[in-house]
Amino acid sequence: MRKTKALALAALGTALTMGLAACGGTAGGGNNNTGTGNTGAASTAKHNDGYTKVVNPSDAKGGTLKFAYSDEPDSMDPGNTYYAWNWNFSRLYARPLLTYTAAPGEEGLKLVPDLAEGLGEASEDGKTWTYKLKKGIKYDDGTEVKAADVKYAIARSNFSAELTDGPKYFAEYLDAEGYEGPYKDKNLDNFKGIETPDDYTIVFKLKAPFSEFDFLVANPQSAPVPQAKDTGLEYEKAVASTGPYKMESYEVGKQLNLVKNENWDPATDTTRKQLPDRIEVQFKQNAEDIDQRLLAGQIHADLGGTGVQPAARAKIVADPKLKDSTDNPYTPFNRYAMMSTKVAPFDNIDCRKAVQYATDQVATQAPWGGPLGGDIGSTLMTPTTVGYQQFDLYPNGADNKGDAAKAKESLAACGQPNGFETNIAVRGDRPKEVQVAEALQASLDKVGIKATIKKYPSGDWSAQYAGKPDFVHQNKLGIMIAGWGADWPSGFGFLSQIVDGRFIKDSGNYNMMELNDPAVNDLLDKGIQTTDAAERNKIWGEVDKKVMESAAFLPFVYEKTLLFRPSTLTNVYVHPAYGMYDYTWLGVQQ
Amino acid sequence: MTTPSASPAPGSFLELRDLRIHFPTEDGLVKSVDGLSFKLERGKTLGIVGESGSGKSVTSLGILGLHKGGRAKISGEIWLDGEELVGASQDHVRTLRGKKMAMIFQDPLSSMHPFYTVGQQIVEAYRIHHKVSKAVARKHAIDMLGRVGIPQPDKRVDSFPHEFSGGMRQRAMIAMALSCDPELLIADEPTTALDVTVQAQILDLMLDLQREFNSALIIITHDLGVVAELSDDILVMYGGKCIEYGAAEDIFYRPEHPYTWGLLGSMPRLDREPTERLLPIKGTPPSLINVPSGCAFNPRCPYRERTGGKATTEVPQLVESDGGHLVRCHMPREERRAIWENEIKPMMEGV
Amino acid sequence: MVAFIVRRVIAAVLMLVIVSVATFAIFFLIPRALGQTPEGMASRYVGRDATPEAIQGAVKRLHLDEPLIVQYGRFAKGIVAGQEYSIGPRMVECPAPCFGYSFNNNQPVWPTLMDRLPATLSLAIGAAIIWLVAGVSIGVISALRRGTLTDRLAMTVALAGVSLPIYFTGLVSLALFAYTLGIFPGGGSYTPFTEDPVMWFQALVLPWITLAFLYAALYARLTRAGMLETMGEDYIRTARAKGLKERTVVTKHALRATLTPILTIFGLDVGLLLGGAVLTESTFSIPGIGKLVIDAIRGNDLPVVLGVTLFAAFFIVLANLIVDVLYAVVDPRVRLS
Repeated sequence: MRKTKALALAALGTALTMGLAACGGTAGGGNNNTGTGNTGAASTAKHNDGYTKVVNPSDAKGGTLKFAYSDEPDSMDPGNTYYAWNWNFSRLYARPLLTYTAAPGEEGLKLVPDLAEGLGEASEDGKTWTYKLKKGIKYDDGTEVKAADVKYAIARSNFSAELTDGPKYFAEYLDAEGYEGPYKDKNLDNFKGIETPDDYTIVFKLKAPFSEFDFLVANPQSAPVPQAKDTGLEYEKAVASTGPYKMESYEVGKQLNLVKNENWDPATDTTRKQLPDRIEVQFKQNAEDIDQRLLAGQIHADLGGTGVQPAARAKIVADPKLKDSTDNPYTPFNRYAMMSTKVAPFDNIDCRKAVQYATDQVATQAPWGGPLGGDIGSTLMTPTTVGYQQFDLYPNGADNKGDAAKAKESLAACGQPNGFETNIAVRGDRPKEVQVAEALQASLDKVGIKATIKKYPSGDWSAQYAGKPDFVHQNKLGIMIAGWGADWPSGFGFLSQIVDGRFIKDSGNYNMMELNDPAVNDLLDKGIQTTDAAERNKIWGEVDKKVMESAAFLPFVYEKTLLFRPSTLTNVYVHPAYGMYDYTWLGVQQ
Repeated sequence: MTTPSASPAPGSFLELRDLRIHFPTEDGLVKSVDGLSFKLERGKTLGIVGESGSGKSVTSLGILGLHKGGRAKISGEIWLDGEELVGASQDHVRTLRGKKMAMIFQDPLSSMHPFYTVGQQIVEAYRIHHKVSKAVARKHAIDMLGRVGIPQPDKRVDSFPHEFSGGMRQRAMIAMALSCDPELLIADEPTTALDVTVQAQILDLMLDLQREFNSALIIITHDLGVVAELSDDILVMYGGKCIEYGAAEDIFYRPEHPYTWGLLGSMPRLDREPTERLLPIKGTPPSLINVPSGCAFNPRCPYRERTGGKATTEVPQLVESDGGHLVRCHMPREERRAIWENEIKPMMEGV
Repeated sequence: MVAFIVRRVIAAVLMLVIVSVATFAIFFLIPRALGQTPEGMASRYVGRDATPEAIQGAVKRLHLDEPLIVQYGRFAKGIVAGQEYSIGPRMVECPAPCFGYSFNNNQPVWPTLMDRLPATLSLAIGAAIIWLVAGVSIGVISALRRGTLTDRLAMTVALAGVSLPIYFTGLVSLALFAYTLGIFPGGGSYTPFTEDPVMWFQALVLPWITLAFLYAALYARLTRAGMLETMGEDYIRTARAKGLKERTVVTKHALRATLTPILTIFGLDVGLLLGGAVLTESTFSIPGIGKLVIDAIRGNDLPVVLGVTLFAAFFIVLANLIVDVLYAVVDPRVRLS
């Protein structure tokens, strides 16, 4: 428990290690949430209140909820988006089979049925997952949602050449060899990965057992799409809505307006509210100006959910009143460096340990914005990952500023008592990461490790540089600065891509450690086949520890953001599964 | 800076009394014109001669009142047809410009506005002082162009200055200056930019027009040759002061100032190679800020040893040598005349 | 004159072809030459951690695997004859001039440009009027009162205007006038004139002033310098010698000559701005061409970058042509041949 952490967050972390055992599968409906009993006025809300309870609770309807965003999404099509905020936001008009409990804290990481009647029922062999649709769920045009629409939605989002923006997990896990997607193959019956024995039953056929399949159907790609309404790339402009809102108009790159969907039945929906009359989103807005507008109360939330810019951050930190209107949640991201176990002298574990001990983690925290930008890390999984366990194998001084003595010991053990030379690879167009590389360079220099910083463009970082082992070996990239956030908040979701030795790819490789430890691989396999959640989450913790034992993974921070909630925003809380406010709950004061 | 004069109006048409035009600059006070006086009658021509920087152009602009409202400090008196101008208001003097007195400038290409036709510029000049329609003014402009000898004036009136030849431009300039029948016409180096044959035509034209309008004419030039045949009187300026003044014959046949001798020697003549100079004036014109002590011409004067040391200590006075012939020189009159008769004149005739 | 314009238009078309080839080369050829693979390029336009199949799909869909000359030919053909494009369940027609589809949001480029043009036009023309009037007036007054307190004050402000980045002045003016005083609406409030003229005006006041401030400062300095030079010209002396009133001398004679070269610069500046006022549009979140192109460059959205570059080049060429013709009209010494 050496690492600095806010008390509440430590408690959350501990609770998370208990896993999903307590998950009852029933709705964590509106008023049962921790903290919502506190009906204190907005003005009394404190910093981080939105992290543990619902701030400014209110069921008052009406008004226009205004979002602004500095960029534009890859697509507003729930089947074609990989933007974190959009997995949150798209739930306003697209209901997946499952979703996360609407609640702050660890409760929010529990899956609950959305379109489905219950969580998935796995077959004995874990390769077949069955979901039953709730009856009577309607699209905004009044037609009923059918099981085939879910099947079609997954067919188009995972098997077409046009919809390239979303993840392809279903294509990866479903047993649908040779299927060419619904645009080339108009007969949906040829898609064998999903069966719909009747209009309300959906059966997923997997290639291999996958115990966390429920997490996959909680992503927006399982939201149904009627084949007749599908216009491919154009569908994002007229999504058939199942949620409390529907699209009124969407000008790509400019503005999206949502209005109430009268065909949404709150009786079927335990996680959403329908408070504002309208929801308006402005895209491509100046990031600094978004903050100014937020602080002035002209908009209600920054859609991106990645927090305020440095200028506003400085202003907020200096003003306790403003700070009380902010929350500082974890994002799903861990910021770290990986040491290549194939680049000398990092093929020797003691040389890797020397780096672990030598690193001044306060210095590597600073570029992210200090404690508000992230907590100093010591593991792979972040505190809001299900399965997270707290431990620190390489304590580097009481103040986290590096333990030179232990680093020297490790160097000696490695046979490099006077240090050595290596390279730090970094995405040159990411100023924060470059600053981290510089801080690391300075730390290492103190114990005699001379590191040279090599900058590469982020666009081809994964395809051509750090993600290409050949390149890494040839250029002796001993240390690579990286970051990772999981698509779903479980240990498997977080770990598999970056630690599984069988996922080391010639290009686009995320296991830049090139760690191929059979023990780790076996644990991953064992975990994903373990249906008991508590048992499974324990395994993820073991994987984390095993990888940390290799000393090839050098954590910097569990990233945090600083979210601002204007006083006009009601029903605000940080949803832990998204690391931002729950957009389906927000209301506005009029 | 000007004080209304108490002295009575003179009988002459134009009279300058002790005119001083000084410019304060960062480097000091520039005394461009420093105590200049002369008279001019209607129908008569005065030639003002001097090197560049001698103050002759500043004088002419001063008479037109174009230094008013600027940085210049002006004192003395300018009497024009019974009216004192130094003390008069800027706006009043403006109403006299163009009508009562007009000016012809040195370089007609740069002195005419490049964006307006010759006709437009004459029409503008005419309509400042005559409330007539544009059509009437245009007829007058064509008429004026014809009178200064521009062929096909009804066509050329719509040409731009750059479409004219140098001589034609100067004619147009004269037409513009004369468009309001000015009683005083000042021509500042009117022929400098022109070739020799055209020079003669322009000078003839000006003389003809002067006779026709019976106006007083001041011709300003650095070239004595230009004023030789035109002028009734000649005023030689040096360092902002008049150093010799007299009838044209006095200046040409009996010049008494060493500087005038130099000017005469530098005079290009048709019977002489243009580059040939008999009596070049050595040195450069004086600085108007640090005027040489004593006689301003003394650093360049070959005869300064003959002044008994006064050349560098005492400013010579402008003294009448003979009826109306004024000279500013320390040398006694007899000695000056002897030098001219015995040393300078034979040399010039010998060529 | 007509022959001149025809010749210039032909030259302009050639120029645009060269610009398109150059832009194409910068964004397609150079990355290839540096070892970029079609898959590497395509990986920018698919989701995170895409499967090789998804990347291959994108390569095919965006035609990144074709030889560059074929890709350019496809692009050029689209402009002249239009092209067809798959959105999934069916093909859609992209009529000429088809500049292709955005790699990032799949929107056709030409309609997007047309959609963004009014905002840029509104911003550029409004600002241009302000800066021309303000800049020239200040410049003239400064020149006529050279060395006085007014002159020095104006030139100090002008120096600030030239030196301060729009990004800074824009955000400060927003903070002050929109969020603190509430006189004008904040960023992102641009509304098309056709929808709400009053809102259009209100939303553009700050951007106009911000943009105009920079240019007005520039033009004030230009005008002042030009005016000082002109006032020393011989023909100004002539005008005074004619007995013209000083005011007429300044407005009719001096200003006319001073403004002619400024008009040239003005034409080019406006032409340049019609290709997008990148910083102002970004700062005030105005959905114009400049905002479009800066986002496209950041997102490696090649068809959009290409489209905007050509569009901007067109305006610059057009502005040059207009300025040349206008110059001949204003300055009789210039003849078009």
